[in-house]
Amino acid sequence: MRGSRAGVDMNSATQSGARVTAVTSGKGGVGKTFVTANLAAALARQGERVLVLDADLGLANLDVVLNLYPKLTLHDVFTGQTRLEDAILPAPGGFSVLLAGSGMIEYSRLTPTVRDQLHEVMQHVRPRFDHVLLDTGAGISDVVLYTVSLADEVLIVATPEPTSLTDAYATIKVLATTQPRRLIRLLVNQVQRAGEGRAIRKQLQLVVDRYVNTNLDKPVMIELLGEVPFDGAVRESVIKRELLIEHAPGAPAAVGIAAAASKHLAG
Amino acid sequence: MPPPVDATSASSLRPEVALQLLEQSGHGPLPGTPGTDAWLQALIDALVDLSSRDALTGLANRRSFELALSREIDRVARSGEPALLLTLDIDHFKRVNDTRGHAAGDQVIRAVGHVLAETVRPMDLVARVGGEEFAIVLPNCPAAFGPQVAERIRTRVARQPVEIAPGEHVNVTVSVGGAFAPQWVRTTARLWMDRTDLQLYRAKSEGRNRCCLEPAAVSLVSAEEKGLLFASSTFQDLT
Repeated sequence: MRGSRAGVDMNSATQSGARVTAVTSGKGGVGKTFVTANLAAALARQGERVLVLDADLGLANLDVVLNLYPKLTLHDVFTGQTRLEDAILPAPGGFSVLLAGSGMIEYSRLTPTVRDQLHEVMQHVRPRFDHVLLDTGAGISDVVLYTVSLADEVLIVATPEPTSLTDAYATIKVLATTQPRRLIRLLVNQVQRAGEGRAIRKQLQLVVDRYVNTNLDKPVMIELLGEVPFDGAVRESVIKRELLIEHAPGAPAAVGIAAAASKHLAG
Repeated sequence: MPPPVDATSASSLRPEVALQLLEQSGHGPLPGTPGTDAWLQALIDALVDLSSRDALTGLANRRSFELALSREIDRVARSGEPALLLTLDIDHFKRVNDTRGHAAGDQVIRAVGHVLAETVRPMDLVARVGGEEFAIVLPNCPAAFGPQVAERIRTRVARQPVEIAPGEHVNVTVSVGGAFAPQWVRTTARLWMDRTDLQLYRAKSEGRNRCCLEPAAVSLVSAEEKGLLFASSTFQDLT
């Protein structure tokens, strides 16, 4: 049914070009933007053309993480002050970024205009990259749900904290009941010991099987993309506003992210 | 692939059964001269109409309802307009059937279908989707009006006793479940119906003759779910 008629919207996994992954978290403060930026850098290191789109329209902070002071942002594109290609900027780490920019707070509600503009942006960037990572806002707002629906894949970042897991589970639940997507990837950040990510995936799957999948005709499967160990080097890199993967590639957290990037590339 | 129909081959067609079916369903004679394109088109239209309707109530049947639902999903995904889906089930219908007979049961189904069709707006689609089960798609229905709309339908049915035999009336109630299509996001008919069915089930288990609409987003996590989520030994030394 999808894409069968001219003018249908592009909630499509079948379009040519970049693999579009929405990175979301439910709860804020779990390192979603940190993971997204470093995952992009790890992919770029493997020779991939990567764009990170700051889709956290209400509260963008990718610029802070990357220590960028962009002159041109998505806000300028949306207001017609610049062309999209001019707002796509090189970031440290060898990937490209499209930053939301301040003033995007007015776009934190999904209006027809915002929706059409995001749609247009996606159409423009898809053929130009191998991977597009959409750094969505925290929470389960309609903008987040819409952004996720634009992506081919969804990656949920969570930490082992109960509050983060509850929100990750709530996100999975909402996605499962409103979108046809049946595979959801998980990255567990700040694990205290090896194997914790696997245990958390298993537990989430168990709860999803019992409370969500029983009401669906096709079950939602959660796949672990990777786990990133709790690592003091992360805090240091965040404070210095540097990419961990660039400045401390040997740090355990950087190794974890690189492994997740390789798994992402493998499919 | 069947060969394309044209007027010259029309003489080889055998429309008798189709015509009988239309006549039996109360359809008047088709306009135009038999065998002409216009006549054939009228025949096709009449058959399409017949195969889209439920024989007992004259409402849309499940087949045409599912088509309408997919169209509505398309529209919601593009326009972002809120759309509500309601599923309704006649309470204790089996009791009517068992104690008053199937003819009375049919009478109840017909009467409820009639009330539903009278209660909604012309743009809404009422369908009979199963034995005693109905569904209504309400395009462009703002979230704030959802509960009112559902409640109005429920009370109209409850207030209208059904005459199952001359002078003999039964009171009928319905349970109603409802869910809004996720705006902008392309959902599937199956998912949407599953969500409303879940609410219908809730209305039934909470005592029937009531409406249950899905909260804006099912992002609520119950204590039970949390219990299982944190059941793993993984968390014992973290909390």
